[in-house]
Amino acid sequence: MTVTGLIGALEFCTYHGVEYTFIHSLHDAGLIETRIIKSELYIPESELQKLEKMVRLHQELEINLAGIESIFHLLTRIEDLQDEARKLRNRVNRFEAD
Amino acid sequence: MAFIDYYKILGIDKNASDKDIKAAYRKMARKYHPDLNPNDTEANKKFQQINEANEVLSDADKRKKYDKYGENWQHGEEHEKYAQQQRAQGGNAYSGFGGGKSQGFEDYGDFGGGGDFSDFFNSMFGGGGRSSGKQAKYRGQDFNAELQLSLRDILASQKQTLTVNGKNIRLTIPAGVENGQTIKIKGHGGPGANGGPAGDLFIKFNIPPDPDFKRDGANLYQNVQLDLYTAVLGGEVTIDTLNGKVKIKVAPGTQNGTIVKLKGKGLPVYKQEGQQGDLLVTYQVKVPTNLSEKQKELFTELSKLN
Repeated sequence: MTVTGLIGALEFCTYHGVEYTFIHSLHDAGLIETRIIKSELYIPESELQKLEKMVRLHQELEINLAGIESIFHLLTRIEDLQDEARKLRNRVNRFEAD
Repeated sequence: MAFIDYYKILGIDKNASDKDIKAAYRKMARKYHPDLNPNDTEANKKFQQINEANEVLSDADKRKKYDKYGENWQHGEEHEKYAQQQRAQGGNAYSGFGGGKSQGFEDYGDFGGGGDFSDFFNSMFGGGGRSSGKQAKYRGQDFNAELQLSLRDILASQKQTLTVNGKNIRLTIPAGVENGQTIKIKGHGGPGANGGPAGDLFIKFNIPPDPDFKRDGANLYQNVQLDLYTAVLGGEVTIDTLNGKVKIKVAPGTQNGTIVKLKGKGLPVYKQEGQQGDLLVTYQVKVPTNLSEKQKELFTELSKLN
């Protein structure tokens, strides 16, 4: 079944060669959002990029769920810190002499 | 084109077992994987070198050929012919053939995507890459581009077409974007290998300092010179804002350094449509110099009144 803005989990797993349970585990760990429509599991398109990254980490680097969770947590922190550093740099510019 | 020491890239010696190679590859791939190093072109390049080293050393045939010719790879085919002749004559063409000594990576570059290989690799093994074993999917390289903008460019969201690597990409520059902010355009990076996804394009916005305005988020700061008489007696001044000229009233007895807030005359708040920052005007009262005799007289008289 095709649902606008959603990708069937089964279709995703077949394409990427991952276990169906992997998607479930990621969802249970709160790492991705999923939807269940008429007993079928779907992945919102907005989650696709994040999910594909997790699949790559799992397949290419053999990183387990706990590792993926830690990596995503740290990557988010790095991103936040980089953003904060950029904002602070821009604020400091205001006080710099012309 | 220089010889590439694949053993050195993976940090292993020439006698490394398949297990050692796999372990070294995993260790380095975890360090330099593009997903773990977003926006880091050096890590990306390193990851490609690691992949190429692994591609050669984890494949028995390729490793054998690589070990055999070593740094004399350029003459590999000639030596092969010569060896055949020698074998036919009972000699040994390969005595003294060393290999494995690194000559650096000066000519290593020019990677286009995650699955592309160096000229050295293509020359030795032919193009096309993986010939046996598992067809690993590799994500394409991320591309980085910079776009120079002025404060006036970010007063409203605007659509622009950029040409990156020969491709036209239409993007919307959001109003109020900050200096150094980066947006990601998914799938517009280098192509993936073996069905892997394309990389992303990261566009960094550069907004150099404006001569008239300082910025803090959506708020703008401007210094406005006020003559002494207007500061003392009050009046009006016309200032140039990013949205045009604005006339403002000056209260009598305005002190040097007084800040006046012009609500909504700053920059649009990023991704919050309809919200505007403020313009904060700082008055710099200009004390007259080179007074005439008459002016000096009048100021003296004025001072005596206090």
